[in-house]
Amino acid sequence: MKALRLVAIGWLFQMKMLSRSSFDGLLGILWPLFFATTAFFMFRTSHDSRALLYAALGSSVMGIWSSTSVAASSALQRERWYGTLEAIVGTPAHFSLVLIPITLAMSTVGIYSMAATLLWGRFLFGIGVHIVHPLLFVIAVPTTVLAIGLLGFLLSVTVVRYRTAWALGNALEYPVWLVCGFLVPLSLFPDWVRPISWALAPTWGVRAIRQAALGGAPLWPVAACIGLAALYGIAGTLLVDTVLRSARRTATLSLT
Amino acid sequence: MAAIEAEKLRRTYRQTSGFVRRRTKTIEAVRGIDFEVNEGELFGLLGPNGAGKTTTIKMLVTLLIPTSGAARVLGHDVVHSARTVRRNIGYVFGGDRGAYERLSGLDNLRYFSELYGVPPKVQKRRIPELLELVGLMGREKERVEGYSRGMKQRLHIARGLLHDPPVVVLDEPTIGLDPVGARELRNTIAELAQAGKTVLLTTHYMYEADALCDRIAVIAEGEIVAEGTPTALKSVVADRTVVEIEAYGLPAGALERVRASPGVTSVSVEEREHVQLLLVQAPKGLELTQQLLGCLGDVRVGRVAAREPTLEDAYVSLVTGS
Repeated sequence: MKALRLVAIGWLFQMKMLSRSSFDGLLGILWPLFFATTAFFMFRTSHDSRALLYAALGSSVMGIWSSTSVAASSALQRERWYGTLEAIVGTPAHFSLVLIPITLAMSTVGIYSMAATLLWGRFLFGIGVHIVHPLLFVIAVPTTVLAIGLLGFLLSVTVVRYRTAWALGNALEYPVWLVCGFLVPLSLFPDWVRPISWALAPTWGVRAIRQAALGGAPLWPVAACIGLAALYGIAGTLLVDTVLRSARRTATLSLT
Repeated sequence: MAAIEAEKLRRTYRQTSGFVRRRTKTIEAVRGIDFEVNEGELFGLLGPNGAGKTTTIKMLVTLLIPTSGAARVLGHDVVHSARTVRRNIGYVFGGDRGAYERLSGLDNLRYFSELYGVPPKVQKRRIPELLELVGLMGREKERVEGYSRGMKQRLHIARGLLHDPPVVVLDEPTIGLDPVGARELRNTIAELAQAGKTVLLTTHYMYEADALCDRIAVIAEGEIVAEGTPTALKSVVADRTVVEIEAYGLPAGALERVRASPGVTSVSVEEREHVQLLLVQAPKGLELTQQLLGCLGDVRVGRVAAREPTLEDAYVSLVTGS
């Protein structure tokens, strides 16, 4: 119960911090619209409304992933710059309960990207948003957000130990767009890419959202997404103690 | 039981340089120090920059793992029982970093209350009490980025006390503060000790250590060179006298001539705006003024005075080994 409270308060704290920068806020508003516009121009030649909705949903998950992968790593780097990393490590709270709210807050911002993309598509490109399984869609979206948040958490654990690991978030942003099939079907990629795609929760998240919206069986992708999210959470929590111990041994906590 | 114990505590850092041929250099920051701080005591760790004060503190507050040796806080090992140590210790940073600048002081205190596991009901009472204690009441809803350095430092103190720890560690808390702010902060530290907390304070301001601490350990180049009450430490130089000479532009070699002069035990120089203050220690009763002025040659000299040694003189003597 205490852990849940800490995650909830930490999430609120991070959201409050994000809301304090108008420049970041403006970028956060505009960025998903760039993704969406690019995707719509790519797909509108087909004149197939399902293909356009397919693209809209893919680009909206792109927004969730981008805000999480890039921002979660840099959020921890920000803790180093503020000098607060040592202050939070010095508290008795388990460090995973400090990190998870940071990445969940970033993924939550990503939900805006989904809403903005769908509305942008509706009003500028006339894409009708007809959801085949509304209830499953409502389940698939937060599941995807949670899974992406926990993948961001796993990535951000490395930033605790290696101060330049924030660049990892940037480096992984675009490859994940491709290998998770946000815009292009996975069948277009070589076979060796598949296991990588399957190990990444966003692959199952975007599949669940698309199948809930366009028709299909979204329950299996939702289950895979939940399973992978749990795996990321457990792996990150186990890893965080080892990584923190290493950072305390090598004296990298205070480095910027 | 001692509140803080350090036994042969040692910490080294490894530095690598070079790209193709990597060279590793090991720096001994703390070289096997021993000390104890009793419960309810205000203990000072005094030393120049780079002496190993902050490294020692960081090992005690569990942010660094010792290379060898052991340290305990209220009997809990800082490596194996890190979480228990963190519950019992409040760490106050020096300097103005270490807070979420975009948020208010109140937001910072609320968030850290959660991290320290302070129950919500206790937070409601504790946070206003601490704001009152550190003099931030009425300014708590303002963003930290608009706080002065002194206000940020006081916010650090409030944060370190959120979980009402029995042991408080303050790392150079008055550094960079104006005299009034530093005096207010010293009063707050004295109040903590009066409230029964064990306080470990690092500083390189002698008057601060002299005014506040029950006992002091002087650390230099990673080793404790002396330990005792301020009065006992002053007695190290009780048999000496200090000659102060104001000189306007010391010529090259003058300092070496003074140092080599018969009877001189220690020499240090304080740079002031246009003048250098030469502090020469010598055995009590030895008249050295004319001899010292002779060593300075043609340099323009201002005030010359002899006085009783202070804790600062004892400190200079201890860290320079003279």
